[in-house]
Amino acid sequence: MKPRASFIDQGMTPAANTGMISGMERSPLILRIRWPVRLWHWINALTVFIMLMSGMMIFNAHPRLYWGKFGANFDKAWLEIGNHGARGFLALGGHEWPTTGVIGYAQDTALAFPPLVTLPTHYNLSLARGWHFLGAWMLVISLLGFLAYALLSGHLRRDLGLSREERRPRALLHDVTEHLRLRLPRGEAARHYNPLQKIAYLSVLLGVLPLIIATGLAMSPTMNAACPWLLTLLGGRQSARSIHFLCALAMALFIAVHLAMVVLAGPFNELRAMITGWYRLPPERQP
Amino acid sequence: MSGFSRRGLLVGSGGLLLSGCDRITTSPTAKSLLSLGEKASRSAQRLVAGNALAPEFSAADISPVFRVNGNTRPTAAAYLAQVERGFADWRLTVDGLVAKPMAFSLAQLRALPQRTQITRHDCVEGWSAIAQWTGVPLALLLHGAGALPQARYAVFHCADDFSGKPYYESIDLAEALHPQTILAHTMNGQPLSVGHGAPLRLRVERQLGYKQAKYVMRVELVASLTGLYGGKGGYWEDHSGYQWWAGI
Repeated sequence: MKPRASFIDQGMTPAANTGMISGMERSPLILRIRWPVRLWHWINALTVFIMLMSGMMIFNAHPRLYWGKFGANFDKAWLEIGNHGARGFLALGGHEWPTTGVIGYAQDTALAFPPLVTLPTHYNLSLARGWHFLGAWMLVISLLGFLAYALLSGHLRRDLGLSREERRPRALLHDVTEHLRLRLPRGEAARHYNPLQKIAYLSVLLGVLPLIIATGLAMSPTMNAACPWLLTLLGGRQSARSIHFLCALAMALFIAVHLAMVVLAGPFNELRAMITGWYRLPPERQP
Repeated sequence: MSGFSRRGLLVGSGGLLLSGCDRITTSPTAKSLLSLGEKASRSAQRLVAGNALAPEFSAADISPVFRVNGNTRPTAAAYLAQVERGFADWRLTVDGLVAKPMAFSLAQLRALPQRTQITRHDCVEGWSAIAQWTGVPLALLLHGAGALPQARYAVFHCADDFSGKPYYESIDLAEALHPQTILAHTMNGQPLSVGHGAPLRLRVERQLGYKQAKYVMRVELVASLTGLYGGKGGYWEDHSGYQWWAGI
């Protein structure tokens, strides 16, 4: 298979070396991640943490979610995080699950999300809102900048787009089983992002982040006046709020898996690549 | 490990880290960044929303129960006496930077052209409720009194207070003159209840709940918000740091 042109191998690795990445030979460093991607990654990492932590504090102010145009204490919530005295619970789908020590009631605090994970640590809705909206500006501006770069430089198509072979169900299934067996690509195969990795990045970049921004805007009464169609499209303000929360949950799950993969793939090599851009292809497994 | 639980250690070190975080979040640099963010939101929203109307809903969308919030019964003797008399000698004052200060009885307000709208009320906490409101467009009263050119904000002085600190709110003139900005005396076809702000409350439909001042007694036009109460333009702005711009 002819390797596709990529930012990864633009003049950085002597072609002669590529066949030798196996066994005892230490493979050379390749420039795997260009600076705009690295810059966006770290700005986004900071921003997403600000957003998740301040968002959890905002959720604490009314830890109930609804579907539709309206929703308040006397209306039916599809999700609630609360407490009976010192017992925390999650109410979902007609059931109440005990969650003491995790959510609902934890760290001696009767809040949906405990001080350990919120910004600020103690109940302060106005300050959390301040951080959330500052973070929102950072998120939107950096995302627009990154998308413009990814489109114009070809990063999106070349490095994140799935090739025809990769899109075949059998290939995808194979990649899923390899991931489930925690067998990550090595050697030449690790030069490019693998299909599941591409799908995960694309889902966040073109799915979760745009939707979380749209639902965030749809909760603003002034934005509702400016673009009422967005509110209609999302099914009303309380639906938008629920979708916003689910997107945040998806982001949290993505981060958890992302960090786990960094650890599995070799945290030193991965961190070096995301900080300096330089990456060493992991050697092939010994037969 | 004796004496320590691993979890305790984890929570403890997390706590140390977080108190560091809290120091960052309340530093002067952070504060100026946050106010920059608020200004950016206000300018951007003003720009994109212009004079656009807030969405209006159908009667079928009205919340079955519209919860009361904030103060539900002012404690001032003068107000309670008004409740006793059915607000018969209650007056709304419109003054400040106006050509001629005016006072309106409830009957006079009802006799003016009215606007009825079914709109959504969004609390800053996250919940929403939909109701139908009827009242006098604020623009009508301000034109009647003759707003002076230097007037920039409308301030709403209210009959309720929190621990002796009076409730008040303010909006800029662009919002005050917006066609959906009304002083409502009727909710879902009934005279406003005490819980919902009798006899008169503000509806400023492109802003959050804390702007919807209840028990409005006086509308004052001013050139600046500094020097009024805590100077930040509203009770919650002064006492809990809530953003004056409540469009988001």
